[in-house]
Amino acid sequence: MPCMPGIGKKSGCDEMNDVAIVGIGCTPVGEPWNKSLREIAVESTWAAMNDAGVNEVDGLVVGNMSSGNFVDQESLGSLIADYAGLGNITAFKVEGACGSGGVAFRTGVMAVASGMHDVVCVTGVEKMTDVVGDSATKILANASDREYEAVHGVTFVGLNAMVMRRYMHDYNARREDICSIPVNSHKNAVHNKNAMFRREISLDSVINSPMVADPLSLMECAPICDGAASIILTTRERAKEFTDTPIIVKGSAVKVDTIGVHDRKNVTSMTATVEAAKEAYNMAKLTPKDMDTAELHDAFSIMGVIGLEDLGFVRHGKGAHFAAEGQIGIGGKLPCCTYGGLKARGHPVGATGVYQILELTKNLRGEGVVDAQNGIAQNIGGTGSTVSVTILGRDI
Amino acid sequence: MSVPRHWRESKRRYRLLGTKCKSCKKLHYPPRTVCSSCKSRDLEEYQFKGKGNIYSYTIIRNPPEGYTFCRPYAAALVELEEGEIVTAQITDCDLDHLEIGMPVEVVIRKLFAYGESGIIVYGYKFRPILPRK
Ligand SMILES: [Zn+2]
Repeated sequence: MPCMPGIGKKSGCDEMNDVAIVGIGCTPVGEPWNKSLREIAVESTWAAMNDAGVNEVDGLVVGNMSSGNFVDQESLGSLIADYAGLGNITAFKVEGACGSGGVAFRTGVMAVASGMHDVVCVTGVEKMTDVVGDSATKILANASDREYEAVHGVTFVGLNAMVMRRYMHDYNARREDICSIPVNSHKNAVHNKNAMFRREISLDSVINSPMVADPLSLMECAPICDGAASIILTTRERAKEFTDTPIIVKGSAVKVDTIGVHDRKNVTSMTATVEAAKEAYNMAKLTPKDMDTAELHDAFSIMGVIGLEDLGFVRHGKGAHFAAEGQIGIGGKLPCCTYGGLKARGHPVGATGVYQILELTKNLRGEGVVDAQNGIAQNIGGTGSTVSVTILGRDI
Repeated sequence: MSVPRHWRESKRRYRLLGTKCKSCKKLHYPPRTVCSSCKSRDLEEYQFKGKGNIYSYTIIRNPPEGYTFCRPYAAALVELEEGEIVTAQITDCDLDHLEIGMPVEVVIRKLFAYGESGIIVYGYKFRPILPRK
């Protein structure tokens, strides 16, 4: 792997380790009332370790948005390492709101690429269903600017709704085209045994579902749920010790933007996605045309549309039409959200970015639903305030 | 519930008081201590006039804890006359007749309360400017 742009180069490093994915595991997404945060986190951690055939790792990076608010528990590095029986290893939690999973993955990649760790587990986990009533809405709004957005009673859905209304205004986009994003995700979840909603939905049912924050309706928004997903990383050199089908991390980038949507020059495009994608494509020496599949952050229908544009697949303003044409379906030009996306697989916020990478890995290993050489995943924290973009490819 | 947390914001929240960069003249709302445009740390207070237009808006039908007393309500990105955009509720309005570009002006209203006997937090909202009769 070439040096990461920026800091790495400035510090004079020449070469870093290439990083490979050698194990994956997760729990089914849903509302497991009989299982706690630590139980699902340990279950997915060991599922990934079993997949890699290891019984120890020397680092654990936990991606989690808000365990302190959802289950009154912090110190997740210790908690999960302890209950997974991993001993006195290096373990800590990293946070980037709903993008925490992608940020944790990037942290794991840095640990292995730098040579400071050999075998690292990245576990994304969120237990959201232990709170009741309007509490989850309040906690999710912590992803925005509490003092200047959330304090006004603007929910997280509300912020995305304002982005959607402006998008429709600026590009004359049709709501029914934008609504094809959740229809596609639901269709792809049917075959995924770990998905929360394994059923198709019609375009009409999306369009006619009740408004949550106009113009965003209930069926355009990802559900509140629980889940944990894990990835085992090591160097490309060592990968064959663990698996015949290592998947290579070709590009990895995390970029931030203003915390408030009101401070963006343009609210209908996410600069953090554009910048992260640029860096990830450069690292991978690949372009959007080389991507065979994409995991978009479709927490809200409009986010899927804007993701298609910001990742370079279509011009700005053309994403909704591209989706409505069926180009994002399995068998289409660019299969997206192939395991149900955030909408239908589910969106256990801090775990989502890791689920995406797990699903991309399945497709690249040849055990998935699309035949892919290279693929990309985009994980968004807040309304575009933290975005990670990951490009994976086969080891050829 | 913390009183200082809201007290310290009161000037900015009651008066729409932002900052202006002395070196590049960029205006900021919310106020900043480092200029978002040129990184200068030499900023002064700037009083926004409080008039603008709706840049985008939504109707919040599922409010978070503490905000259900006025559901449903409108929220907007308001583009101020000075060019900055702020997030706020739109009040005193017909929810069915809001539109992008609608002129609005700032008012002070109750934002939320910490329960029945807790402190009440006030702040700016915007309302449509009605044409003079
Ligand atoms: Zn300045």
